[in-house]
Amino acid sequence: MVATAAFDIVRTADGIPLKDKLARVERSQKLRALGLVLPLFLYIALSFALPIADMLRNGVLDPEYVGTALSRTMAVLQGWAGSDIPDENAFAALTDDLKQAQKDKTTALIGKRLNYVLSGVRSKIIASARKADKLEAGPYKEALIAIDPVWGQLETWQAIQQAGHRVTPLYLMTAVDRTWPFASNADRSAAGGFHINVTLLLLLAVLSVAFIGSRINPVYAPVGPPMCASVLIVLFMISAQQPDALARYGVAGVGIITALAGAGSRASAAWRPALPYFAAGAVACLVWFIVLSTTVSVDPNRAVYVAIMARTFWIATLVTLSTLLLGFPVAYLLASLPTRTSNLLMILVLLPFWTSLLVRTTAWFVLLQDNGVINDALQYLHLTDHPLRLIFSRFGTVVAMTHIQLPFTLLPIFSVMKTIPPSHVRAARSLGAGPFYAFWRVYFPQTMPGIAAGCLLTFILSLGYYITPALVGGPTDQMVSGFIASAINQENNWGMASALGTVLLAAIIVLYVLYNRIVGIDKMKFG
Amino acid sequence: MKIKLGLAGLLMTGVAAIALSAAKPAAAEDQLTVVSWGGAYQDSQREAFMKPFQKDTGTKITEEEYNGEIAKIRAMVQAKSVTWDVIDIDTQTALAACAEGILETIDWKKLGLDRSKFIGGDLQDCAVPNIVYATVIAYDTTKLNPGPTSIKDLFDLQKFPGKRGLQKNPFVNLEWALIADGVPIADVYKVLNTPEGVDRAFKKLDTIKSQVVWWEAGAQPPQLLADGQVAITSAWNGRIYNAVQKDKKPFKIIWDAQGFDWDWWSIPKGGPRVDTAYKFITYSSQPDKMANQTKYISYGPANKDAIPNVDPAVLPNLPTAPENMTTALIVDVQFWADKGEELRQRFNTWLAQ
Repeated sequence: MVATAAFDIVRTADGIPLKDKLARVERSQKLRALGLVLPLFLYIALSFALPIADMLRNGVLDPEYVGTALSRTMAVLQGWAGSDIPDENAFAALTDDLKQAQKDKTTALIGKRLNYVLSGVRSKIIASARKADKLEAGPYKEALIAIDPVWGQLETWQAIQQAGHRVTPLYLMTAVDRTWPFASNADRSAAGGFHINVTLLLLLAVLSVAFIGSRINPVYAPVGPPMCASVLIVLFMISAQQPDALARYGVAGVGIITALAGAGSRASAAWRPALPYFAAGAVACLVWFIVLSTTVSVDPNRAVYVAIMARTFWIATLVTLSTLLLGFPVAYLLASLPTRTSNLLMILVLLPFWTSLLVRTTAWFVLLQDNGVINDALQYLHLTDHPLRLIFSRFGTVVAMTHIQLPFTLLPIFSVMKTIPPSHVRAARSLGAGPFYAFWRVYFPQTMPGIAAGCLLTFILSLGYYITPALVGGPTDQMVSGFIASAINQENNWGMASALGTVLLAAIIVLYVLYNRIVGIDKMKFG
Repeated sequence: MKIKLGLAGLLMTGVAAIALSAAKPAAAEDQLTVVSWGGAYQDSQREAFMKPFQKDTGTKITEEEYNGEIAKIRAMVQAKSVTWDVIDIDTQTALAACAEGILETIDWKKLGLDRSKFIGGDLQDCAVPNIVYATVIAYDTTKLNPGPTSIKDLFDLQKFPGKRGLQKNPFVNLEWALIADGVPIADVYKVLNTPEGVDRAFKKLDTIKSQVVWWEAGAQPPQLLADGQVAITSAWNGRIYNAVQKDKKPFKIIWDAQGFDWDWWSIPKGGPRVDTAYKFITYSSQPDKMANQTKYISYGPANKDAIPNVDPAVLPNLPTAPENMTTALIVDVQFWADKGEELRQRFNTWLAQ
């Protein structure tokens, strides 16, 4: 009797075991929490996740698929090897398709889609369809080639065959300035490719050796950071010599990822936390190797997107840094003043925040134009004898964007600063620290979470700007969002717009992961 | 927790539903959406066409603006949700849109108009000509004295230093580059039809590229001139004339190599108010209405019957005036309809580099 009493299950007042009751209560609490979150979750899923998924889908699933308009041609080209122009059957099928397209008024759409691959072919297709409509009987091969010599070129047929795939890498490739290796650009595939392939193979070998070495003997672990640094230096040297913009940025970028991962590992048990990043770097190298081997760079006349991406990130970085430099002292002032004065000054910070973005951007016209306030003042003070190009330039873009983004950086920093007790700095001073030393070693590290939050917010918002660069920037200051906008509004090229959006999203995710590695998302505070 | 939906609640819901449904417009024919290019041009259309039409027929007109983007019309028609009823469209867009089947084919009998009375009336199947306009270059006489006299001066940065304003579109800019490079006006399109010709035009534009301010809306060039932001700019002649008349600006137009082109009324396919749109176009094409428009902006009326009614003071400022037509460049609209999109892509890439 004494033995059983000791093992008696604890029960609640109504006889249910405590453990079960606890589990039941916890489950109902979880369900209630889920019920409260459900509307927001559905809203985010519908308005955020679904559109992004749709954009990702549009980047690979050709929105301007012409396979149905050219169905007969596609059927004949099924077994075509692609080494020489196809035979009479294909030409007959193509003539039938063009006649049908002329009737259905889809020739412009076919021309538009094929023009994405072969520049200048759109007008030829429309003209050929018009003339082919009058052809009564074969042989169609000579007739079509007589109508336009473009039908006797191998690459035209290769492009048509590629257009028959619903899932196509065309838009993603164009978004990184690559295209298929056709007969006409064979010379481009030879140049530069060899160096890049060798470089990437070398990098892959280095990473594999390092990984294997660390698994064999942990004593190799401290070698990590110096090895990363040397790999980085070598990669930069090699990348600087690449004529291909994609190769340059790509090789340099991979090197940076590798180095940061290695640097983030810092101390002795170094390799294990850094391993996922090394693995990711190795995978990136492999993917890059495949991309660079199977595609060629586009005609230099049409290659803009990689440079524009780099420009977008560069402008966003400039804006983030300038908002940080301008915002930090102001936030410090606001945090250290007594509340009343600080509130009054805060209104001065918030007032422009509440003014429309377009109004603020237009106001910069008045200040920055050639006969504007700033130029007139500079000339009056004899600092310059002719107006400086302030507007329609990089300077104007960065200044206007900094103006708009300043509160976004300033407010998180201010909020965090408000929570830092002033006694910390006083304590540091009393222990003998100089004013700068106390600020840098005691105060500044505590503001890091706010700085991290503000900078991340400003950076990501700046990446999406397109109105401000369009209004106050020059033609070489247009950011990638402007191109996405013109792809949709002016060219109706949804595939390209989605592909550019996908590339931007991927770049941001990579940066975010790196940011997390260095700063730590859980260490960010907005106040 | 139960929500009690008593009889009162049910009645209120019913009344609210009926009230909301009654708030719908009584008939779709009582309104019309007209889209044009904004600024002084749309103001002139409002005074000459839309306000009188609204007064005479009681149809409520909603106005919208755009900058000639065919993509918007395309997207609307393909998505089968056409909200624009009448669009003021330029020639190359109209030709391209008609070929794609996104504009209604005009039934001239339904319009009740004589096609032969219209300048350029037989050029298009899907559009009715409404004005003749010119792309010209203009400058401020107080800033540049003596000013430029020919299109070659646009590219001469030595003789006329200062920034240039050009439309952010290869249209007419490429032709002007070739003419300034020495190609006779009659041969411009022959040369431009070849890849070497296009390269030559872009190379000529490269010589002034760093000094160019690119405008997109028709209202920008007079503003740029007034601000002193540019020394010489391309513009649509009516906008400059309007700035001279209304704002008393000292601007002068150079008619050498004027890009002579039309603007048209068109109706997107599948719209819900095609009949009202036809009524509007018929109304606006009356000779007295078109002559009235020249009071507000100096674009030539496309209706030949309107020309005798035009105020003689405005006549020398129209693109059709004989003294302005001596070295005119009549735009080859078929060339732009065929090659416009490729050249625009090439132009955008060239701009971004």
